[in-house]
Amino acid sequence: MSAKVLTITSGKGGVGKTTATANIGAALAKRGQKVACIDADIGLRNLDVVMGLENRIVYDLVDAVEGRCRLNQAMIKDKYIPGLYLIPSAQTRDKTAVSPSDMIRLCNELRSDLDWILIDSPAGIERGFKNAIAPADEVLVITNPEVSAVRDADRIIGIVEAEEKGSPRLLLNRLNPEMVKQNNMLSADDVVDLLAIHLLGIIPEDKAVLISTNKGTPIALDEKSLAGQAYRNIAQRLLGEDVPLLDLDKGSGFFNRISSVFGSGEK
Amino acid sequence: MQAQEIEVKGIKNGILVEVKNGDWKTQEKAVLQHIDQNQGFFEGARLVVDVGNRALKSPDLASLRNALSDREIKLWAVLSTSLVTERASQDLGLAIKVDQSMPEPEEDSINSLLEGDEAVFLKRTLRSGHKVKHPGHIVVLGDVNPGAELVAGGNIIVWGKLRGMVHAGAMGDTEAVVCSLDLSPTQIRIADKISVSPPKKGKARPEIAQLEDGQVTARDWSKFTKE
Repeated sequence: MSAKVLTITSGKGGVGKTTATANIGAALAKRGQKVACIDADIGLRNLDVVMGLENRIVYDLVDAVEGRCRLNQAMIKDKYIPGLYLIPSAQTRDKTAVSPSDMIRLCNELRSDLDWILIDSPAGIERGFKNAIAPADEVLVITNPEVSAVRDADRIIGIVEAEEKGSPRLLLNRLNPEMVKQNNMLSADDVVDLLAIHLLGIIPEDKAVLISTNKGTPIALDEKSLAGQAYRNIAQRLLGEDVPLLDLDKGSGFFNRISSVFGSGEK
Repeated sequence: MQAQEIEVKGIKNGILVEVKNGDWKTQEKAVLQHIDQNQGFFEGARLVVDVGNRALKSPDLASLRNALSDREIKLWAVLSTSLVTERASQDLGLAIKVDQSMPEPEEDSINSLLEGDEAVFLKRTLRSGHKVKHPGHIVVLGDVNPGAELVAGGNIIVWGKLRGMVHAGAMGDTEAVVCSLDLSPTQIRIADKISVSPPKKGKARPEIAQLEDGQVTARDWSKFTKE
């Protein structure tokens, strides 16, 4: 096994990086993949809360980097899904506690017995972000259908391309089909038109997501939720399967809409 | 366009100004005058000044530094073959050696300067945070997204959607034009005139913008070519 390192980033804060990391991780693990989620937001850790593993933390990322524990001691097993692990970040340190080369070393050490390493990047374009993308094989840029979030995503894509990480893929989070219909929200076409990268998936706006993150149970495990379905589809696409985008207008798990924009790009 | 005794060159991470022989005070004035005439081009730049073999003292350099910072330009380094000048520069915390190689056009912040009336050609999407500055013309094959900036001494042609900030004729050329397949810049500047694009109706059509009676005016390309 040699794991693929996928970094989830956005530039702007609050667009859903952590939620996406937890859910993609859960959906991949549910399909039998061995996954480690790394929280790279040192000083503002969240991923442990969203995954519901807060009370199990003994060692963290910084402990592992600074050699106070073995790497597998910092890996927390998920409560629900076998094969899913979390490496939490430290709450009492800051971004400078870890360097990009530390992250590369850490991921290389982990690679051999995992299928996926998901890195939850902090917001911004500074040190923490640099740490998060340094080991990435692929970058997933997440944005909301909101002008400011799209602007930041554009900046991030530019930086990722300049770092020669290849063209990132896009995850559009919190799309509200009703508002798009009323011309009150950017549509997926508008966003893809501006950012001009491959769209990996669209997560519809769904109250159940907030409830699930508060409870620490990933929405991706909820068979009835449309957002959960969207995350499961994303996991399948990451595994190379050809799954069409959800038809969000139908309100349930129907999928048959492929517009010209969505169909384009590699894979 | 330039005063005889001043030579301006683009280098990695900044702009190099070579000051030729002659009385320092006169030359300093000439440099500042040149900068004032080409404000848009120098604004926000990191400047390296090569003073040759002149022996300058700290107060001379400090006064230059202050005059530059009044113009929003950072004096980065002073190059000189004189030990006195080097010592004075170091006292002021200025660099005395810089990488003088040409900038690479593929950098995140592209600051490419070529001599003369040439054009740079960029086949890529310019995203938020990208900045291209060039004394000649700029041609982009791709989109210019909001948050990106193009500053040209000459004309700007964007074969794609133009939604960022553009400044054509940044060194004062009022004849400069901006053309795009979809001309909807956040802000458009030609020479010293600034304007925002009015909201658009209907499908995007290729347009050309230029100064007419001191106003930035955009016209449909198809109508423009028939005139």
